[in-house]
Order: sequence, then C-alpha cells, then structure tokens
Amino acid sequence: MKNAVGREIPDNIEGIGKVKPYEGAFKNIGAIEKTKVKVSSKLPNEDKVLSSIRESIIKCGLKDGQTISFHHHLRNGDHVLNMVLKEIDELGIKDITVAASSIFPVHQPLVEYIKKGVVTGIYANYISGPVAEAISLGLLKKPVVMQSHGGRARAIEEGDLHIDVAFIAAPTCDTYGNINGVDGRAACGSLGYAIPDAMYADKVVAITDNLVDYPACPIEISQEYVDYVVKVDSIGDPNGIVSGTTKITKDPVGLKIAKMAAQVIKASGLLKDGFSFQTGAGGTSLAVAAYLRDMMKKENIKGSFASGGVTGYIVEMFEEGLFDSIFDVQCFDLKAIESYRNDKRHQGMSASMYGNPHNKGCVVNNLDVMILGATEIDTDFNVNVTTGSNGIIMGGSGGHNDTAAGSKLSIVVTQLTKGRLPIVVDKVTTVTTPGETIDVLVTERGIAVNPNRKDLIEKLKGTNLPIVTIDELKKTAEELTGVPEKVEFDDKIVGVVEYRDGTIIDVLKKVK
Amino acid sequence: MKLRRSMLFMPGNNPGMLQNAGILGADSVILDLEDAVALTEKDSARILVRNAIKTLRFYNSEIVVRVNPLSTEFGYEDVKEIAQVKPDAIMVPKATEEDIEGVDKILCEIEEKMGFEKGSIKLFPLIETAYGLENVYTIIEASKRVTGVLLGAEDLTNDLGIKRTKKGKEIFYARSKVATSCRALGVDAIDTPFTDLDDREAFIKDIKKAKSIGMTGKAAINPRQIDTIHDVFAPSEEEIEYAQRVLEKMEEAKRDGLGVFSLDGKMVDAPIINRAKTTIEKAKLAGLI
Repeated sequence: MKNAVGREIPDNIEGIGKVKPYEGAFKNIGAIEKTKVKVSSKLPNEDKVLSSIRESIIKCGLKDGQTISFHHHLRNGDHVLNMVLKEIDELGIKDITVAASSIFPVHQPLVEYIKKGVVTGIYANYISGPVAEAISLGLLKKPVVMQSHGGRARAIEEGDLHIDVAFIAAPTCDTYGNINGVDGRAACGSLGYAIPDAMYADKVVAITDNLVDYPACPIEISQEYVDYVVKVDSIGDPNGIVSGTTKITKDPVGLKIAKMAAQVIKASGLLKDGFSFQTGAGGTSLAVAAYLRDMMKKENIKGSFASGGVTGYIVEMFEEGLFDSIFDVQCFDLKAIESYRNDKRHQGMSASMYGNPHNKGCVVNNLDVMILGATEIDTDFNVNVTTGSNGIIMGGSGGHNDTAAGSKLSIVVTQLTKGRLPIVVDKVTTVTTPGETIDVLVTERGIAVNPNRKDLIEKLKGTNLPIVTIDELKKTAEELTGVPEKVEFDDKIVGVVEYRDGTIIDVLKKVK
Repeated sequence: MKLRRSMLFMPGNNPGMLQNAGILGADSVILDLEDAVALTEKDSARILVRNAIKTLRFYNSEIVVRVNPLSTEFGYEDVKEIAQVKPDAIMVPKATEEDIEGVDKILCEIEEKMGFEKGSIKLFPLIETAYGLENVYTIIEASKRVTGVLLGAEDLTNDLGIKRTKKGKEIFYARSKVATSCRALGVDAIDTPFTDLDDREAFIKDIKKAKSIGMTGKAAINPRQIDTIHDVFAPSEEEIEYAQRVLEKMEEAKRDGLGVFSLDGKMVDAPIINRAKTTIEKAKLAGLI
C-alpha cells in the first residue's frame, strides 16, 4: 500500500511484522496507553555495586533474543556499547537487538557481532560509519528501525520498543545508582536521551568510571530506576565526546544562506519578545543564530528559550540575556556542559519531554523557529537526512522530524548543490521528514516556501528576498549539475523509517 | 541607476568560486585573469572564465573581467576571447590612454562581428602607476566606454617607491585625484581593496575615508567584505530622512506654485533636490526603503 507521502509500504515486513503506514503528521495524536514497567525492588542494605560488566549481564539474566539499550551522549567517544557487546559475545548470548539512541563510527566492532549473529536487530535514531554501511549492504538479520528522538521515547513508553536491559554510560554515579553527566572525566552534560531507557527498561545497569560516595549531586537519573552499578576504567574518550568550541562557518555561501534564513525569520513576525529557537551545531545552522543574535540585540528582543542539542554559541546568547532559559537534551561542547552544570535556568529535558508526540505536550510544540539541514529535499518538501546519494545510511532523523512537526516555522538551510549533486530533487531517496511539516527551504540561489504556508508567502512578498518555487530551485540545481542517475536498489528491505508517531514513513532497501 | 558600491575579485582559475560568484551579493564581480592566475594557467583560466560567463548565472552582479596587462602576450588575447561572450565590462590593468584606445577598437570590431549593441561592453581602467594617476582624466576620456576607474594602491605605491600602510595617508593624493577626475567626467571611482581581513574596525575606517574623499565604491578581495562596504556606502538613516523631507517639501511647493522653498530655515535649490533624489534611489536599490 502507499502511505501518505506516496511511498510503497508492504503490509508485513519480515522481522518487523504488521506495518502501520504513515497517515499524516498529526493523524495519530490522542489517547494512548503507556506500558507497564517491571521493577525488581531492593531490600535495605542490598548492595548495587557489581564487579564487572559480565557480572551485571548475568545478574540481569540477559537471554538470547532480548533487547539491550544504550544512549549516545558519549557520541564518537563511547566505549560502553563495545564493552558490553564483547562480554555478551563471550558469554555466548545470541540474537540480541541493540536499541542505541545513535550509533557512530567508534562502534565498528558491532559489524563483527552482526556477522556472527550476536546482534540481529538494531533500533537507532541516527547511524553513521561502518555499522550503517553494513546494514545497507544487508548484513543485519532483521530490518533496522530508524526512529526519531521523540519517536524513540514514545516507542519505549508505549511498549513498542521493550528494553530488557538498559546499559547507561554514567559520567558520574554513586554507589546506589544516582547518576549525573556533569562531572567526571567523561562529562557530557545533559543525559536526556537515557531517561526513557532508565524509566522503562526491565533492568538498568549504570556503567561509570567515576564512582562516588552516596549521594551524588546533582542527580539526573535517580536510584529508583537503577538496578546495578559497575565501575570500569573508562566509559569514553573525552576527545570524541565533546568538541572544545563549536564554530560558525566562514564559507561565504553558508553565510549568505544563514543571513537569508534570519531575514525569513524576521519577516515571519515571530522574532519578538518571547521568541523561541532551536538550531543545529553545523556551521550554517549556527550562523543563523549569529545573524539572529545581531538582530535581537539591535531591536532589544528577549527570547523565552532556546532548545535542543546545545552549543556554546547558544549559551553565549543565553548569557547575554537574549534567551530566558535553555532546554537541553544534549550538550555539544564544554561551554554548554559548564553552563548546564552551573545555571539553573539552563534546564535538562528528557527525550520524551523534548519530542514525544504522545505525551501531554513536548517542548518542540512550544518552538517558534527550527533550523534544519537536508541531504535531499524534494518538490513536495519531503526531506531525507537518513541516506546519502549512494543510497547508504549516513544519518537519521535525530530530532529532525520532531522539531519540524512541532515548530511554528521550520526552515531547511542547505546549499543547492553539494559535491556536484543537486540537493532539490523530484523524489527523495528516503523520506525522513514529511513535507507537510517543512515550511521554508533557503538556498544560496533562492528561497522556496511550502505552498501550504500562504500566510508566510504573503509576508515574504513585502521583502527583497529571492522567493521562487521549489520547482524553479530544482531546475536551477539541475542547470548546474545535470540530472544524476538514480541509485539502484535490491528488493530486500534492510530497514524501516519510523515516523515519530510509530507509523512507517519509508523503507530502506539493500544497495546493489 | 545601478549601484556599484562593491566590486568583488574572484580568481579566474577556480571553478568552485566562479560558480558561486554571482550569489555573494556584490554589485560587481571581477573575474580575474591577471594576478590571481599563475603564468602556466593563463590560457586555461581564460577558457574557464569565458565558459563561466557563457553558462552560469550571475544574478544581479555586474560581470567585469580583469584581463592581463596589454603589454604582455596574454592581454589582447584575453580581450579578444572574453569580449565574444559579452561581459558587462573589461578591466584594463596599468591602463594608459593608448591601452584604452586599443581595447576600444577591438571591442568595436567584436561587437560588430557578433551583432552586439555598439559600445555595450564597458571599460574599467585600473589606475596603478604614477603615469596612470597623473593622466587619469585623459585615460577616462580615451573612450566613451569607460564607466569607472579602479584605484590599485598596492602597485601604485610600489611604482612610487613608497610604503603602503593600513592608515593609507600615502594614497590620500591618489584617492583625491581619481575621485575628482571621475566626478568631473561622471564615472564611478572605485577604491583600492583593504587586505587585512581580520581588522574589521580598520576596514570600516578605510572605507569611510575613501567615501569622504569622494570615492563611490570599493573593491573587495573576500566575500565577507561585501556587507561592510554596502553598509558604509548606503545612505544613512538621517540622509534618507532628510532626502524624504526635501522631496515632500518640493511637492508641497509645487502644489503651492512656489519655485524656490526653504527647509529648516535653509534655501533648497536644484543641487539639493538632485542629491535627495539620488539618495532615495540609492536607498531603494539597497533595500533600505
């Protein structure tokens, strides 16, 4: 059957089961039921600290066919996922599903465990590197389930993604399982993505390299959720966890795009007191913040909050009083961590509070403006950030489709061509974010507004901005690059792209 | 009226930069075949720039090509090849009257051969020698195609045997001379580029200085300089407001059948009205009103 973005979706997919096709961004909102949680209660004086990861796996009773989870706050510096899988392999446990909020190149050893059948299923919101390539080449037994940050929280809370054991990398943890991310050698700041895992997994193991006396302070994930604590030498490499500073692009094309995006925001009328904003850590996205910063200062505008993965640049704007508060699900650099540790108005949020469409209101619903990237965008404004031009997985939604849906104005900023390829195409290779939730595309050669946003088109008419149709942008791109040949795929389905509400918005095929 | 506040140099041998030349917001782009291009790449750059003009869109930017000095073996070859794809203008380095006349003649021939409108390809003498500076007036007069002059202070100070400084005292005379000759003959006077990309404050001062002497625009060597140049050359809010009041008052006076009128206690005459009209037009083109 075809879903609401015109993608052919099978009724049943082997390894997934019956499929519910995507029906529209807001078709599956309303009453839902949360899942029950199994809890093994503790007696007074019972010790939670175990001697090794292996002991924790045995104590949790992990069996063939079960699901384990990880968070990705340690990003490409993470040691925990690899350490846990090594032990699982050595214990002879097979057919494991890994539900990691993201997977990075550092997780290359996972490829071997996939080949050996130790790991047969993967859930993730973002995958890059060798694991992504292995999946696209068809090595994983079951199709990968690509979720969004909000969608993963939803799936865990509703029981669609049942976690048997959550292994939580803990930059700091006390002997009774109270965790924070702000102290320790591998400090990463907010632990927002780990919170649903801690709350809903049958068993929770905190793995730390900074075991402190009870009680830890501050506490982000508390003892009431943690079964066991394991001390290891190192949970991660600080160099891979955070960058020293995040930088604004110096590329004149990127700056031009950013400047126009800021002008679109101004013209939209949303840039006024109470303004709320989120942008990525990429050079162009961050440059939008730089232009907004000047505008806000000049016009003395005080925003309400900035949210998301947080960079030092956003913290600087917050410290200058341009935003009242920050909602932080993940810190991208040391400055963000420091601010999160020291300033009460720099608040943490869980993945669910951030983007889960099935709670009683997530933060993205309060966002005025979201700046997004795109690998491809089609003439229906559907965006792909999941697969690259060669058809191989190279990313995923992360918060892309959550923020696009929630924000009042979602703006995609991208160069019109990249590496001799057009970015605006007829049909994107993979739909990550439906076009109905994308309002504007800003490129260096023109700005296209979603025809559904008639109000915005009217507002932009009164400006000097180069407003064109998305078809014209596609034509301009093709004038420069020609029309590339389509990537050829095998019929085998290697993954599904789950929209934030749990419906299937696209499938991923094996590359030839 | 077309604004020519900024003229951005782009190396003629860099396809990636040529592709984006027209989207950076410069009033003019100068596709450079001279200093930016090594001797071994002169012919390939010429072909690249020719094809870029033929196939790429430059949007609202005027296309100017800086050819090699006519005294070199490349100069006239550049002119002959590039003129066939009809750039808006050709910039002639180390220009003399003879050079301008020589290029004018070739352009006449090519325009006729290609069926282009006669005189449609304009000329920009680059004043960067002591001779050129002392004769800038007659160099402009050498062809009707001359639409502006670029002052090149690096080569000029070299020719004068003096040191080029950030404060630019040494080019005060050159700026004044170029600006006055240009104003006298009704062409644009474009100031020499500022090379320290990191010293924004000194850059702003430098543009303001050039503007105060009568230069009408400035060359840029990096796209990041464009906005700053436009900001300084844009009419200020006070200038715009004053111009609007002048024009309103003029309309009022017309309705009342008055030939002359006063504003803020001062007589307003034709030069003030003309300046007000120019200010408003510039402000409109710059998107300020």
